[in-house]
Amino acid sequence: MSYFAELAINGALVGLMYALTALGIVLVFKTSGVANLAQGALAMVGGYVMWWFAAALGAPLWLAIPLSLVVMFGVGRGIERVALRRMVGQPVIMIIMLTLGVEILLRGAAPALWGAVVKRLDIGIAQRPIVLGDMLINRAYFWGGLVALVLIGLSLLFFTSRQGVVLRAVADDQTASWAVGIRVERAIGLSWGLAGVAAGCAGILWGSVQGVDWTLSLLLIKALAVAILGGLDSIGGVLVAGVAVGVLENVIPGYVDPLVGGGTRDLVAATVILLTILVRPFGLFGREDIERV
Amino acid sequence: MFYRLAGIRHTSYSADRALWPVPVDRVQIAALLLLALLAPFVLPNLYLSSYLLPWIIWSTAALGLNLLMGWAGQIHLGYAAVMAIGAYGAIHLVRAGVPFELAVILGGVLSAAIGLVFGFAALRVKGLYLAISTLAMQYLVDWIISHVPAISGGSQATLQAPTFRVLGIPIADDRARYYVALAICLMVTAFLLNVGRTSFGRALAAVREKDFAAAVIGVNPYRFKLLAFWCSSFLGGIAGAVLAFCYYRAVTPEQFDLDVSIQAVAMVIVGGMASVIGSYLGAALVLLAPIVLNNLVDSLAHALGLSLSADVISHIPLILYGGLIIGFLLIEPLGLAKVYDNLRNYFLVWPFRHARR
Repeated sequence: MSYFAELAINGALVGLMYALTALGIVLVFKTSGVANLAQGALAMVGGYVMWWFAAALGAPLWLAIPLSLVVMFGVGRGIERVALRRMVGQPVIMIIMLTLGVEILLRGAAPALWGAVVKRLDIGIAQRPIVLGDMLINRAYFWGGLVALVLIGLSLLFFTSRQGVVLRAVADDQTASWAVGIRVERAIGLSWGLAGVAAGCAGILWGSVQGVDWTLSLLLIKALAVAILGGLDSIGGVLVAGVAVGVLENVIPGYVDPLVGGGTRDLVAATVILLTILVRPFGLFGREDIERV
Repeated sequence: MFYRLAGIRHTSYSADRALWPVPVDRVQIAALLLLALLAPFVLPNLYLSSYLLPWIIWSTAALGLNLLMGWAGQIHLGYAAVMAIGAYGAIHLVRAGVPFELAVILGGVLSAAIGLVFGFAALRVKGLYLAISTLAMQYLVDWIISHVPAISGGSQATLQAPTFRVLGIPIADDRARYYVALAICLMVTAFLLNVGRTSFGRALAAVREKDFAAAVIGVNPYRFKLLAFWCSSFLGGIAGAVLAFCYYRAVTPEQFDLDVSIQAVAMVIVGGMASVIGSYLGAALVLLAPIVLNNLVDSLAHALGLSLSADVISHIPLILYGGLIIGFLLIEPLGLAKVYDNLRNYFLVWPFRHARR
C-alpha cells in the first residue's frame, strides 16, 4: 500500500508541474480560441533563460527568477504580436501549424544559441528526499508541486481582478468585448504573455529536476493531455487533470512496467488524450460547445 | 509570349478537360519526364542516391499527405507513423517470401487499415482536437513498434531490407532503386492529378469547405472523410515501404518519429495545399534547404574565419523547418505552388503586362 501511496504522491506533485505548463494552453485557448502548441518549447526556453541568467551571467536566484519570468512574458507577447495576430480569421489548421512552427523553431534555436549539452539548473533544492513514514518523496517534486499549486491558485484569483474580467469577457465573446471598448488584441497578447510566464515557471521547476536541454519541450504532450482532460477552457480543470495525469503516469508504470518490460510512462499521456477525445471531447470541466462533426 | 494560348481551340469536351490544355505545358512535362528518366545516366551517383532519390520518395509521401490535408482539409500530425506501418509491413512480408510488388501494396493496405483508426477520430472531432489526437496516435504507434519485438526485432534494432526483384528483375544498384521509386511516384502523381477531376475529389473538396454543407448537397461527410484517410494512409504506407526499401535499405523506429511527421506536414504547407506541383516543390525545399544552408553556413564561416559550434550546425534543419512553416504561413499561405502560379501567369502575357489574362 505504501508503494502505491509513494507513487501516487510523487505523481501528483509531478502532475501539478504538468498542470502549470497546461495553464498556458488553457489561458490562450480560453481568450483567443487558438491552440498553443508552442507551450513545450516555451517551457524549454524558460529553462534556458533561467540557466543563462543564473549560471552563465551569475545572477543571484532572487534576481534571476523574476528576470527570466519577465523575459518569458515578453517572449509570449512577442509570439502573439509577430505571428498570431496576423493569422486572425485564417482556417484553424493554419493557426495550429503556425504554433507548431514556433515550437519547432524555438526547439532548434534555443539549443543552437545556448548549446545542446544538458545544463544543470540549481535553484537551491536539496537532493535528498523527504521521508514521510516509510515513503520517500522527491524534494524537488515537493517544492515544484507546491509552487505550481500556488501559481495556479493565483491565476484563479487573477480572473477576479479587473484585467481578469477583461480576459473573461474576451473569452466569452470577442466582438461584444470590442463593442464595449475592450482592446481585444491587448487581452490576447496578455494571455500569451501569461502563458509564457506559466511555461517559464514550469521550465525552471522541471529543468531543476532533470536538467535543461531540448527534452524540456516534451512537456508539450503531457501538458496537452492535462489540458484536454481538464477541458481546454477550464483553469480548475487543469488542476484536477494535472493531478490525475501525474498520478496515472507514476502509478501505471509502477505496476505495469515490470510486466511488459518498461516504457509505459510515455504511453499514458497519449492514451489519456485519445480516450478523452473519444469519450468526452470537452474534457472533465470544459464547456460543451466544442466543435463536433 | 511563353505559354502561348493563341490558336488553342477546344472543339470537344475531352480536349477541353485535358490535364494540360496548353501545348507548352505538355512539352514541359514531357521534358521533365525525360530528364527524370535520363537522370541516372547524367547525374553522378552521389547526387542520384542522396538528393534525387529521397526527393522522389518524399514527394510521393507529400502527395499522399496532401490528399488528406489539401484536398480533404483534415489535419494529420501522425503521418510518419502511417509510413512506418507501411515500411515495417512491407519488409516483414518480403522477408516472409511475398514478392515485392505485392508486399508494397499489402503494406499500403495495412497502413490504410490502421490509418483508418486515425480517421475515426476525425469523425468525432475536427481542427485542434483532430490535430492532438493524431499526435497522440503517433506516440502510440511509435511505442508499439519499438516495444514489440515481433515488429521491430527488439528495441534499438535495425531490420535490414532484403534484396528484392521487381517484375522478375533483381534490384541491386542505386539506378534500379531510383527507377522503382520513380515508377511508384509517377503512379501516385497520375492518381492525384486526376483526383480533382473525379466525383471523389469534388466530394472531398465539398467536405473540406464545409462538412454540413456537403451533407446538404448529398455528400456523406463521414464516408468521404474515412475514404480520404484510407487513400492517404495507403499512399503513405507505400511511400514508407519505398523509403525503407529503396533509400534507407533498413528500417528503425527512429526513422519515423514525430519530427518526421512534422517534416511531412511542413512539405505540404510549404509546397501548397491541394497542389501536385506544390508537393514536389515543398519536398524539395524542406529536404534540400537544410543541406544547402548547412553548406552555405559552413563556407561562410570559413570565409569569415568564424568557427561555428557543432550545436549551431546540427540545429539548422530544425530552425529552418520552423522558419519555413512560419514564413510561408504568414507571407504566402498558398505555398510554393502559388509562387509558381504567379510566375507562370507573369510569363503568360510577358512582355505585355497590361494584357488581359
